[in-house]
Amino acid sequence: MNLARLGSRDFLKAVRPFVGLFVVLLLFAMDAELRSLFFKGSNFKMILTQTVIVAIGAMGMTLVIVSGGIDLSAGSVVALCSVVTAKLIEQGHGFAAVLALTVLAGALAGLANGGIITAVRMMPFIVTLGMMGIARGISKWLANNQTVNPEQPLESVNSLMDNSQSPLTFFPLPDGVWLALGLAVVMAVVLRSTVFGRYVFAIGSNEDTARLCGIRVNVNKVAIYALAGAFFGLAGVMQFSRLTQGDPSVAIGLELQIIAAVVIGGASLSGGAGSIPGSVIGAFMMACLANGSGIKVWPNYMQEIIIGVVIILAVAMDKVEPMLQRFFRRGTND
Amino acid sequence: MFPKTITPMPLADPSPPPPRLRIDRVAKRFGPTVALDGVSLEVAAGEVHALIGENGAGKSTLMKVLSGAHRPDTGSLTLDGQPFAPSDPLHARNSGVAMIYQELNLAPDLSVEENILLGREPTTLGWINRAKRRRLAKRALEEIGQPQMPLDDPIRSLTIAQQQLVEIARALVSEPRVLIMDEPTSSLTQVDTENLFGVIARMSQRGVSVIYISHFLEECQRVASRYTVLRDGQSVGTGAMAEASLEQIIQLMVGREIDEIYPRTSRSVGEPVLELSGVAGLAKPSCVNLTLHAGEIVGVFGLVGAGRTETLRAVFGLDRLAKGSVSIYSREATHSTPAKRLANGVGLLSENRKEEGLLLNRSVADNLTLTRLGTVSRLGLVSDAAQAVASEKWMAMLDVKASSAVQPVGELSGGNQQKIALGRLLHHDARILLLDEPTRGIDVGSKAQIYRLMNELAGQGKAIVFVSSYLPELLGVCDRIGVMCRGELSEVRPVADWSEQEIIRTAVGQAEPREAAA
Repeated sequence: MNLARLGSRDFLKAVRPFVGLFVVLLLFAMDAELRSLFFKGSNFKMILTQTVIVAIGAMGMTLVIVSGGIDLSAGSVVALCSVVTAKLIEQGHGFAAVLALTVLAGALAGLANGGIITAVRMMPFIVTLGMMGIARGISKWLANNQTVNPEQPLESVNSLMDNSQSPLTFFPLPDGVWLALGLAVVMAVVLRSTVFGRYVFAIGSNEDTARLCGIRVNVNKVAIYALAGAFFGLAGVMQFSRLTQGDPSVAIGLELQIIAAVVIGGASLSGGAGSIPGSVIGAFMMACLANGSGIKVWPNYMQEIIIGVVIILAVAMDKVEPMLQRFFRRGTND
Repeated sequence: MFPKTITPMPLADPSPPPPRLRIDRVAKRFGPTVALDGVSLEVAAGEVHALIGENGAGKSTLMKVLSGAHRPDTGSLTLDGQPFAPSDPLHARNSGVAMIYQELNLAPDLSVEENILLGREPTTLGWINRAKRRRLAKRALEEIGQPQMPLDDPIRSLTIAQQQLVEIARALVSEPRVLIMDEPTSSLTQVDTENLFGVIARMSQRGVSVIYISHFLEECQRVASRYTVLRDGQSVGTGAMAEASLEQIIQLMVGREIDEIYPRTSRSVGEPVLELSGVAGLAKPSCVNLTLHAGEIVGVFGLVGAGRTETLRAVFGLDRLAKGSVSIYSREATHSTPAKRLANGVGLLSENRKEEGLLLNRSVADNLTLTRLGTVSRLGLVSDAAQAVASEKWMAMLDVKASSAVQPVGELSGGNQQKIALGRLLHHDARILLLDEPTRGIDVGSKAQIYRLMNELAGQGKAIVFVSSYLPELLGVCDRIGVMCRGELSEVRPVADWSEQEIIRTAVGQAEPREAAA
């Protein structure tokens, strides 16, 4: 990224999630207890592991939100895919097959979302709200309304989110963390610099303009929702790995955490703005807050209040900055 | 600042009454930007004075000085001979200078009566005196000839034109000596505009001076008795409206000859590139036949709702075609999509640059290169540097005023936005350009640049369909003109074969039958 070519305002926007994270860490550093317990390699390993599911989900959700849509089915699809993973392991499939088929299952749910949204011209909010119920229902049906515990565990899947080896050091990190980091880099480039990524921004900024410019809006939208579904599928594999079982009633409300991470990361729910690094940092910041609150043995409700305040603050900055800019610039406009 | 006042023109009569408002060599700069560079203006009591100038000429700054929002650096203001130095808008209003802004400043949920007296409610012992408020509101409405206005209806339920009248009534309550109206007709229909002119005439008779700011020169000619033209922060001309022609005023506004506004170099018309035969959409158009040649500009005139935009949209593949056929470069290509049309070198400029034409929150560079990102990509990745280089080329060629290629398009002025929308067609290297109202709502200088550009493009062999509701520009720019009325396009004839009256008659469906029609 060529910073010299970025306007100062874009630069501000791009670094804002990082600044937010820095402020959170700075506040933590002012507390003696947190200083000794929070800022430790082993603790960061834990936080990173806890970030993985939301972060992977946020990568898919960022595409959807930047394109001007929303996907409320994320949490249910993650639960469904954790059950699918369990079922596939039960049937004795290997690592690659489990991973590929689960991701495919998630992508199919996304394909259905995108297909209905574009073909019937429905609001993404409604379609994915419906899919939220459908995916949750299917996962319970598939799992017979109970958790699915494969008799023959598949070690390679279980170890994705296992951070119990050498619990006192930062390294080695679980495979899932590396996978998420690698994907974040790839997706950051895809969204920012590929033609597809630019089209996602164009569609989110103004669908009519995108159409006028020859962008096949419907095809791209279906691709966006399907790709997002694939990420929720992968998050489902991680969800399975974390619990080492498929649980159809897991990840309730996860979609809201994912949306929160994306919004903290600088995305606009009206579309046309957002970034992968921002969303991943947003997910990491929420995990830090949860972890810090845990160390301080704050009750759960404190955590919820704090995260709520952070979400509002993150978006408020979006509104306050232009106001300040207008204020300072008012004099020079004719 | 000016110890000795030198009057440029000695007055014949040494003791006329002082003018209602006198602005004397007012200057104002913001940092390095000179917004006003010595503006002088005199308005007599009861005079309607048109203030004319391009966007950025300094009109808004001058109005802000008058209303007290800005203080001038040098120069002086006098009101009825008294020094006038408003410290803020309220002070200005209390001194008798009221302003009606382009955006209406009314409380939408309060009633007409409440709005008229807003901030000036008559009170008895601290309670609002409703009877008196009603009387005052009624009187204000009667003064502008609108006694039928419903006093108890909320502003929200009124039309824009009615809201504007309420705003004028409100201004009258403060007994203004000078009333400033900024683009008052920009959102009014013809009938409402006429109505407003009546109100202005009434106020003028009552002795209120009106400063009337508008882009529409024809309106200024009708409503004002005198005019002042601003250009680059200076007053460059002033005089009686009746003695000035439109051309003279435009020339003052842009600082160049009218011939330079509609440049025309000789072009050679080539092969047919776009042929429409019997084209009809689902609702409109009903029948369009047109053959467009390379190196030719064909104008399409018509009233709003005649089906011109719908024709372009259908041809571009945005809307479905119900009947007829389209050929591009003599190849049948009736049913299509925007993507295919762009691939064939056809580009459409939307009449709605804000709603449809541009990605307002994206950068200039993204907007310019969106249809052909491939040209600024390396190894499948869009290169910021290549995008900026390409964009800067177009920005320089089109004289776009923007801080850089990464500035969001929404922050640019209307004329610059339109240049970006046009620039996209240039970057795409479109050879058939469908331009829908390309000069709507932009300043005269940008218009002239767009005409020049169209002339150049036609000279390069590109073919242009130019849809417009402004007849002079069509006559000035086009080789041939067709007129749309109720979904049908008339015969497309060379400009010389049309008279203005004939074009208008055709547009309103009163064309005299012609033998030659094929």
